[in-house]
Amino acid sequence: MGYHMSLSISLTINGLKREIALDDPRVTLLDLLRERLHLTGTKKGCDRGQCGACTVLVDGRRINSCLALAASLDGAEITTIEGLADGEDLHPVQAAFIAHDGFQCGYCTPGQIMSAVGLISEGNAGDDPERIRELMSGNICRCGAYQGITEAVLEAQKDLAERNRRDAA
Amino acid sequence: MNRFDYIRPASVPEAVEAAAVPGSTYLAAGTNLLDLMKGGTARPERVIDITRLPGLDRIEWLPDGSVRVGALVRNSDLAYDDRFARTFPAVAEALLSGASAQLRNAATIGGNLMQRTRCAYFHDLASACNRRAPGSGCDAREGENRLHAVLGWSEHCIATHPSDFCVPLVALDAVAEVEGTRGAREIPVDALHVLPGAAPEQETALAPGELIVSLKIPAEATAFAHNARYLKLRERTSFAFAVVSVAAALEMEAGAIRKARIALGGVAAKPWRAREAEASLAGAEATPEAFAKAAEIALAEARPSGDNAFKIELARRIVARALTLALEGTPEAIPALPASPFSTTPGANHAA
Amino acid sequence: MPLETTSPLPQHRRHGSSAGQPLTRRDGVLKVTGRATYAADNHPDGILYAVTAVSSIARGRVTALDVEAAKAHPGVVEVLTPANRPPLAHDPDEKMPPFGFRVEVLQDDTVRYVNQPIAIVIAETLEAATEGAALLNPVYEVEPARTDLESGKRFDPEGIGIGAPARTAHGDIEAGLAAAVRVTEADYVTPPQYHNAMEPHAVVAQWDGDRVTIDMPNQTLALSCASYAAYFGIPAENVLIRSPFLGGGFGSKAILNGPQILAILAARMLNRPVKLALTRAQMYGPVGHRGRTWQKLRLGVDEEGRLTALHHQALCTTSSFDEFLEPAANASLPLYASPAILAEHEGLRLDVGTPGPMRAPGLASGSAALEVAMDEAAEACGMDPLDFRLANYAETEPVTGKPFSSKALRECYAEGAKRFGWSGRPLAPRTMRDENGFLIGWGMGTAVFHCPHFPAEARATLRADGTALMETAGADMGQGAWTALAQIAAEALGLDPDQVELHSGISSLPDGGIAGGSGHTASAGLALHNAGEDAIARLAELATNDPASPLFGAGNIGVVARSGRLHRRDDESRGESYAEILARAGRSDVVGTAKTARDPAVASAHAMYSHGAVFAEVKVDPDLGQIRVARLVGAFAAGRIINPRLVRSQYFGGMIWGASFALHEEAIADRRTGRIMNADLAEYHVPVNADVPSLDAILIPEDDPHVNPIGVKGVGEIGITGTVGAIANAVWHATGVRVRRFPVRVEDLLISREFA
Repeated sequence: MGYHMSLSISLTINGLKREIALDDPRVTLLDLLRERLHLTGTKKGCDRGQCGACTVLVDGRRINSCLALAASLDGAEITTIEGLADGEDLHPVQAAFIAHDGFQCGYCTPGQIMSAVGLISEGNAGDDPERIRELMSGNICRCGAYQGITEAVLEAQKDLAERNRRDAA
Repeated sequence: MNRFDYIRPASVPEAVEAAAVPGSTYLAAGTNLLDLMKGGTARPERVIDITRLPGLDRIEWLPDGSVRVGALVRNSDLAYDDRFARTFPAVAEALLSGASAQLRNAATIGGNLMQRTRCAYFHDLASACNRRAPGSGCDAREGENRLHAVLGWSEHCIATHPSDFCVPLVALDAVAEVEGTRGAREIPVDALHVLPGAAPEQETALAPGELIVSLKIPAEATAFAHNARYLKLRERTSFAFAVVSVAAALEMEAGAIRKARIALGGVAAKPWRAREAEASLAGAEATPEAFAKAAEIALAEARPSGDNAFKIELARRIVARALTLALEGTPEAIPALPASPFSTTPGANHAA
Repeated sequence: MPLETTSPLPQHRRHGSSAGQPLTRRDGVLKVTGRATYAADNHPDGILYAVTAVSSIARGRVTALDVEAAKAHPGVVEVLTPANRPPLAHDPDEKMPPFGFRVEVLQDDTVRYVNQPIAIVIAETLEAATEGAALLNPVYEVEPARTDLESGKRFDPEGIGIGAPARTAHGDIEAGLAAAVRVTEADYVTPPQYHNAMEPHAVVAQWDGDRVTIDMPNQTLALSCASYAAYFGIPAENVLIRSPFLGGGFGSKAILNGPQILAILAARMLNRPVKLALTRAQMYGPVGHRGRTWQKLRLGVDEEGRLTALHHQALCTTSSFDEFLEPAANASLPLYASPAILAEHEGLRLDVGTPGPMRAPGLASGSAALEVAMDEAAEACGMDPLDFRLANYAETEPVTGKPFSSKALRECYAEGAKRFGWSGRPLAPRTMRDENGFLIGWGMGTAVFHCPHFPAEARATLRADGTALMETAGADMGQGAWTALAQIAAEALGLDPDQVELHSGISSLPDGGIAGGSGHTASAGLALHNAGEDAIARLAELATNDPASPLFGAGNIGVVARSGRLHRRDDESRGESYAEILARAGRSDVVGTAKTARDPAVASAHAMYSHGAVFAEVKVDPDLGQIRVARLVGAFAAGRIINPRLVRSQYFGGMIWGASFALHEEAIADRRTGRIMNADLAEYHVPVNADVPSLDAILIPEDDPHVNPIGVKGVGEIGITGTVGAIANAVWHATGVRVRRFPVRVEDLLISREFA
């Protein structure tokens, strides 16, 4: 039951199952993605769960990847910003961020977008901008693109709902 | 972060056995522990990953009307559980006012109970801190302490407990169910966190290696469902720790208060239950004067530990306000800005 | 919301030009897909990780480091300390010209501030380097930290900001005060603030002999190349800096810092690529900050509410070993007419990292105090704050008497007030409540920012296929340079932006000047514009001298470039495409270049500023004192607007920074040790999404024929100015409490008599 030096874990990342040998139990999911798997779309802003730049989906839920030990997530499904678009077709949240200028420097953006995707699937905000603002408050944007972010989430949510209706019909 | 042995037990007994070795610590989501390890405040030699322990991720309603919440239930899952939120609305509101959506998605109920203080001197390895390094002193005492404790502090430690969740839990007489090498036992959440006294390093009533496996909220607490609020003053609208917070719950009967529950957050090293203030309200008319009196009583023993006298006045006001909000009734839905003074709901009168 | 477009000056207007259009960001897809590459995203083979160990004391010496313990940690490759740090070719205690700062790069064992690098650990993994740094366990000889007014050392600075005089006088201030019927005098305090760009300062350095390639976020590519070259003793052309994306800069990525130099040095020493990224906590020290200020304002006012004197004094902090003083009092120089104006600065040396320019340096802090003082003076006169400002409207620059190159501030006041609904605002405070009983307050402030212009160069290449390549070494830190500059470039070339490839963000290109001071679009934009015109002129020369061209002989009449074609000015039907001209000439391309700077004659004849007016509504809980900015409306006039979508975003960002200054941001240093007790993003509060429910920015049309040939002013920083005061004044209007210390805290309201 104890794991010492070499630790083997299995993660499904953006639909691809990967067996990963960890030489160090200290590696966080964020550092695993960035420094070992070179999936650098996920960003490190604070490394302490205080900014949201590292947000990814783990088993469909948005979390801060900087505060998750990779070893502990053995078997999980991870979705990062790299796994969101369908080829060259942007995910509706990505498209809405561009349309509403929901970013400036772009550094917090992957985290904002993954957080927005998580928020929409959680389904607790409705179309209330105040709820969206509250539920996006775990993602700090120092450039101050919040208004565009809120508008983008509202639009993408509507867009996704329509797609789902169409698909169901 | 120091190197450690990573151990992933398969059962609670295995976990408890593994943790009996000195230098061990339990890892759940890690939202607090990893933060502490990155800062060097925690340097465990063995990390016991309990996230796979079976059976600890359930919300279980017991025949007597009480609820048992597994220690690995995630904060957001509990807060958004319909029945739970309807039955214990102040707990749900407190959960949703804490941290961020991402952290709530990861953080566990048990981990939340074990959250450590945010005192900057505790986290700053170069500072004296009796809690982190027993006997080293307390640099917060004469330091930057405008947000520190005003109740229950000692010369040895003036830190506060940061949890929102624990505040209504204490108000509602919740109990932690614990497993250890010497068997199972129950600890009221109010007794789980301990005041610093002369030994601030003793943060909880847990024995070394004991593991919180679940949380129970008793059936009696359901009587407050219609008049319960959590109110939290912060330095930004969201994603901030409380300056002061209050859980207030009333059981009303024919227009009068039958029972009241009051607990404060951000004021002491533990969530602070105000029993005498509650007693002053039992059987009383629900008037602004009665609420103001209860607030006075709740803070009667408060004294500043530094540049924080304002917190006493703030706490009085927030107690009175939270009682007023509780009297107005639990909102139909969790407000858009949970626990915020600006979480206006139709019909609520904030001009009190 | 529809995006407004502004009409450019006739000489700028080109049929079909994309300039002025709200295009979405050209780097949008890269940024939303995670494919935009920031410095720390680079992974050259054989990479090593570097982590600095930093001091926990503010002053003294490091007497011991446990290098053995660090080296014994598995994966640690090397530890650099003052004992083994390789030499540098430039003395780090000497300022680097033209305006570099002294840097801390392990030159000795002294400690001058908290979070100063005291060693750097290099390891095979990030985890090992991090732990190696933690194992160094430094021992110090501690000297008392100078952290405040009492312990710091006051001095009269030679200059403030970057080379501005410490004292500027106009008229006789004491006579002006003596002539006043009312004098408003008040003291204001602003806190230390840290840029906290989302992207921590990072560097990936790789050497090839005496050539180095540096991936880093950088606001000043050419200057930085020269500086690194000087530190490493190599020619500037041997330094290549790649900075395609910056995760925010705000001034903190314009100046060289110790940790990045050390990482580059380590890469050379170990002959392997090295990556270093500061931790969030490490950003509170070696990479600049906005220094604290203590400001005093004295405003003399006559019977009509006109200023007779405006006296602004500022005591500004700097480090013990270098100078950057917030030019805070200079905020009182450009804005309000007064027969006497005096701006004075004094310095205070503390044991802190050297401050530096941070978004709206000087003006952010100074305007915070000035705009509250103006509100207080208006209150004393019983005047509406907007009327009071209009009564003191400066028709010419108050101190110099120069005409403004353009100034649509009146229109900003009028449009902003109208959109906000300012008229009918009760004069007395504490008179408005919302339906829930919250106190409501309305406040306003004037926004202003200067229009610097930096020398810049650009190259335009028209290609045989009719497309173009435009090149300049600029920097996009979020302001939208890649998009706005492409629009300017496309306009100059008479092409659609889609036909123009813009290369930027790498130092091997022509010097794009400085991305700072809100001057980048104007500076790099003008260079691109002129390079484009040069290329078109060369193309026209080919055509007009070619007998086979329909443009042959059009020399004196001239040709016009539009939609990828040149045609005769006097006959649109006579023309041909760029591709045709190049093909017939047998040319694969034609290249134009430009080197631009501000015309000194025009500059000395005009005062050049962007202006604006910000209106704020706050809600305040009447019992608990929690404040929320319910809405902000800003109206800004900043010359010609290249892309209203991006400019609006810049204004929003600035206004949010203003809200942050007013209500949130403050670094809390322990008075005894100087250690910053909230060096993070959890307790150092910057606004979150829920803090700013409603923002509105109005783009006031303004034609400026003087500021530069493309009529562009700056928009990046002005949004902060005015907003801080507007919010503080709204808090007063809601509560009756004048808070003169920023940020406004709950206790400032709670303990005041006016707040019941």
